[in-house]
Amino acid sequence: MPIDLTVNGQPQTVDVPPDKPLLWVLREDLGLTGTKFGCGIAQCGSCTVHLNGSPTRACVLPVSAAAGQEVTTVEGVSGDAAMAVRNAWRKLDVVQCGYCQSGQMMSATSLLASNPSPSDEEINRAMRGNVCRCATYVRIRDAIHEAAKELEA
Amino acid sequence: MKKLESLITSADNQRPDPSRRWFLQTSALAGAGFLIGCSEEPAAPTGAETAAPAMPAEPVDAAFNAFLRISSDNTVTVVVKHLDKGQGVTTGLPTIVAEELDAAWDQMRFEFAPANAALYNNTLMGPVQVTGGSSSVSNSWMQLRQAAAGARAMLVQAAAQTWGVAASAVQVSGGMVTSGQNSASFGELAAAAAELTPPEQPELKSPDQFKLIGTRLPRLDSNAKTDGTAQFTIDIDRPGMLMAAIAHPPRFGATVRSVDDAAARAMAGVEDVVQTPRGVAVVADSFWTAVKARDALTIDWDFSASENRGSEELRSYLKELVAGEPGGIARNDGDVEVALGSAARVIEADFEFPFLAHATMEPMNCVVELSETGCEIWTGSQIQTLDQGAVAALTGLAPEQININTVYAGGSFGRRADPDSSFVVEAVMIAQAINGRAPVKLQWTRENDMRAGRYRPISQHRLRAGLNEQGDIVAWHHSMAIQSFLAGTPFAMMLQDGVDATAVEGARGLPYAIPNLKVDQTLAEIGVPGLWWRSVGHTHNGYVTEVFFDELAQAAGKDPVELRRSLLASQPRHLAVLELAAEKAEWGAPVADGKGRGFALHESFGSVVAQVVDVSIGDNGVFSVDRVVCAVDCGIAVNPDVVAAQMEGGIGYGLSAALAEAVTLVDGEVQEGNFDRYLPLRISQMPEVEVHIVPSEADPTGVGEPGLPPLAPALANALAQASGKWIRKLPIGRQLQA
Ligand code: FES
Ligand code: FES
Repeated sequence: MPIDLTVNGQPQTVDVPPDKPLLWVLREDLGLTGTKFGCGIAQCGSCTVHLNGSPTRACVLPVSAAAGQEVTTVEGVSGDAAMAVRNAWRKLDVVQCGYCQSGQMMSATSLLASNPSPSDEEINRAMRGNVCRCATYVRIRDAIHEAAKELEA
Repeated sequence: MKKLESLITSADNQRPDPSRRWFLQTSALAGAGFLIGCSEEPAAPTGAETAAPAMPAEPVDAAFNAFLRISSDNTVTVVVKHLDKGQGVTTGLPTIVAEELDAAWDQMRFEFAPANAALYNNTLMGPVQVTGGSSSVSNSWMQLRQAAAGARAMLVQAAAQTWGVAASAVQVSGGMVTSGQNSASFGELAAAAAELTPPEQPELKSPDQFKLIGTRLPRLDSNAKTDGTAQFTIDIDRPGMLMAAIAHPPRFGATVRSVDDAAARAMAGVEDVVQTPRGVAVVADSFWTAVKARDALTIDWDFSASENRGSEELRSYLKELVAGEPGGIARNDGDVEVALGSAARVIEADFEFPFLAHATMEPMNCVVELSETGCEIWTGSQIQTLDQGAVAALTGLAPEQININTVYAGGSFGRRADPDSSFVVEAVMIAQAINGRAPVKLQWTRENDMRAGRYRPISQHRLRAGLNEQGDIVAWHHSMAIQSFLAGTPFAMMLQDGVDATAVEGARGLPYAIPNLKVDQTLAEIGVPGLWWRSVGHTHNGYVTEVFFDELAQAAGKDPVELRRSLLASQPRHLAVLELAAEKAEWGAPVADGKGRGFALHESFGSVVAQVVDVSIGDNGVFSVDRVVCAVDCGIAVNPDVVAAQMEGGIGYGLSAALAEAVTLVDGEVQEGNFDRYLPLRISQMPEVEVHIVPSEADPTGVGEPGLPPLAPALANALAQASGKWIRKLPIGRQLQA
C-alpha cells in the first residue's frame, strides 16, 4: 500500500509494508543513509530524525505513522540552529568514529530551536537519549554552547 | 602458527593491481603541459595563467610512492593503511606527511589503502596489515616521514631542473616551491617530480623545525561525519544487493539440529534461508524483512558440545584457579614468600572483573560480492590480512584475489580485530550459500552484536602485599586467573611458559620499586570467545594494581601520590606525568565532605597517563563523577587535539565500563541483548575533562588506549576516600548504596 510523506521538503511515495520502520524506509527505499541504526529499540538515538520538527527515533516509528507528515534527516536539515550546530561540530572537531553524530546533531538542533541558550543541565536532559560509545560528550556539550553563541550573534 | 606462516607467505605474494584506483597514474598525458596553469587554489584556475596548453579536464594524479600522490589539482592524497574507527588516523597520518612535505594543510586529502600486507603492513607487527595496539601513528611515523621527505626532495629536484638552478637554491613552504623569482605549486611540479628517483636517505626535519606537528589542525573527517555523507559498511549499496540477517547459536559452541523455515520463506521479500557453520541466515530484499523472517525461524539447537556454564559457575571456577598452583610465572623479583613471611603486616585483596562487550555504535557488518575469480569485500577491519587468509581458506581463492575495501568503522575498540574474522567469514558463507548470485550485506542486529561474542574476558585476581614497620612495601604478589586472549588464535605463539603476554600486561610491568615482586597467572578454559577490548590486559591490571596500591598507602598511613613519587625515583616519564596531573588537579588541597579525589597512573602502549578523578557522593551512596584531570606523555603529540579527544574517549569508555557494564551468562546464554540492559555511559554521566600533555621530543607512542586504564582505579580511589569502601568488583553498580 503506497504511503505518502514529505522527506526533506520533497513529497515521496513509498510502497512498503506499513509496519516497516521509518529508519529502514529512509535508508533502503529513499537512499538516505545519514540516519543510522544502533539499537532498534529507541535506546541509542543514532536514528534520530525530525518529525514535524520534533526529534523522533525512526527505528521504532512505523512508516505508516509518518504518513502525511514532514520528516527531516541530517541530509536535509536546515535553518539557523542546524547551521550553527554543524559549524560548531566542525569548529570543535566533535566527531570520532562519527556513527552517532547524525543523531546527536539532530537532537542538538531540536534543543537549540526550542531553547537557544541551554544550560549544561538542559543539554544533559535533552541529549540523554543519544549514546556515543566514543564518548564525545564533553565536546558535544561544548559545541552546543558554541552553537548557542553563534545563534545569539 | 602454521596459519600465520601461510598468511605471511600469502602476504609476500601480493603485488599491487595496476587497475586499482590507488595505483600510480603517471601517464604521459600528465607531461610538462600543466606545469603552467595551476593556481594554488585547486578548483579555480584563472584565465590569465592558462594561455598555454589547456587544463586537462580531469585532475591527474602522480604517485610518489605507495603512501602519497600529488594531483595536478594540487591536492595531496595520503594513502591511509589503517582503519579509521574514530581514533583520528585520517588526520594523524596526513599530518606526518604534510609536515615532511611542507604542504599546506588545506591541500591534504586521504583515502584508505587496499588490503595489501606487502605494502601496508604494520611495521611494528611483522608482515600483517593491522590497526591495533594504539600503534597507527607510531608504526607509521618513520615510514611516512621518509616517504614524504623523499617526495619533497623529488619536487625540489624537479623545480631545480625546470628552472636551471641548484637544488640547494630551492625552498618549499606551505605547499609552494620557490627559488628567487620562480615559484610553482606541488600540483604543477608533481608529474615531472614523480618520474625522478627519491634519495635513499631523505633528510628529515628535527622536531624544532616542525610547523604542523604539535599544532591544532582541523580533522580531515569532520565534514563527511557531520553531513551524513561518511560511508560506513552499513551504508554500502551494490547493484542487486540482498540483505542478510542471521540467527546465531544462543550458546557458544551450539550447533543446529534442525530448522523449520516455512514461515520465514513464506514472507514476501524473502529470497532464501541458508544454514552456515556460524548460524542460520535469511537473505531478503530488505533488512527489515530479513530480520522479521529470521525471527520467524524455529531452530532446534544442539547444546551437547556448547559452553553451558553461567557467570556464577565461571566465577567459582576462576576463584578455584586463582587459589591453586599458578600455571605460569610472568615476573619474579626477589623472594615474595620470604618477604611476606617476615613482613610486619600483610594486606590481601581479591578483585573480580566481568565479561565486557565492545558494543560499538555500528553493529558488526560486512558486504560481499563473490565470483569465481574473486571476492570483493567492504568492511571496517583491523586486521585485513587475517580476513584475506580466512576468506581464501573458505573460497579456495588466493588471498590476493580477496579485495577488501576499507570503509569508516562506527567504533571498534578491538572488536573489528577479530582473529577468526567472524562477521567477514559469515558474510562470505552466506554469499557462497546463494552461489554468489547477488552481492550480500550481512548486518548484525544489536542483539547479534551483544550475544554473538567476543568479549573482554572475565578474570579473578588475588593480591597480597607486605609492609614493614615503616610502612614500606616490601613484597607484592599478584595472581590472576583469566581466559587467554591468544589461545586458539594466529597469535598463539605469544603464549609462553603458560603466560599470556597480553593478559598480564600492566601487571608484569609494575613500575614501582618493590624488592620482592611476583606476578603469576593461570589460564582458564572457557568456551566463551574472548577478545582484546580497548587496552586489553591493562583494563583489569591497571585497576587491580592502582587500587591495591592506594589500599597499601592507606594501610601505611601515607599519601598515595607521595608514596608513588617515592617508588618512581628511577622512572622519569612516570614522575613527570604524576607531577603534571598532581599540579593541575591541585592534589593535596583539602577536599570537602561528601567529595572525594582519587589518583591513578598507568603505562600502556608506550605512553604514560595519570588521572585525578573528583567525585561527589551522597549519604545514600549515590555519586557523580565531576571532573577528570588527565596528564599524558605520548612522546611527540602529532595532533594535540586528537590526543585530547582520545583521552576524553578513553576516559568515557573506561567510565562506562566501571559504572555499569557487564555481560552476564545464565546457562551459557548472554542476558544483555541491547542497551536497555547493557548500560552505556550517557552524556549526563560524563564529567568535565582536562587534558595536559607532557612536552616531548621522543617519537610518538599510543593514545587510543592509554587514556582508559587509569580512569576506573582513580575513580575507585576517589570513592574510597569519600566513602571508606574499597571497590574490588566491577562494575561499581550499586555497591556503595548497599
Ligand atoms: S537505532 Fe533508534 S534509538 Fe537506537
Ligand atoms: S562518535 Fe563514535 S559513537 Fe559517537
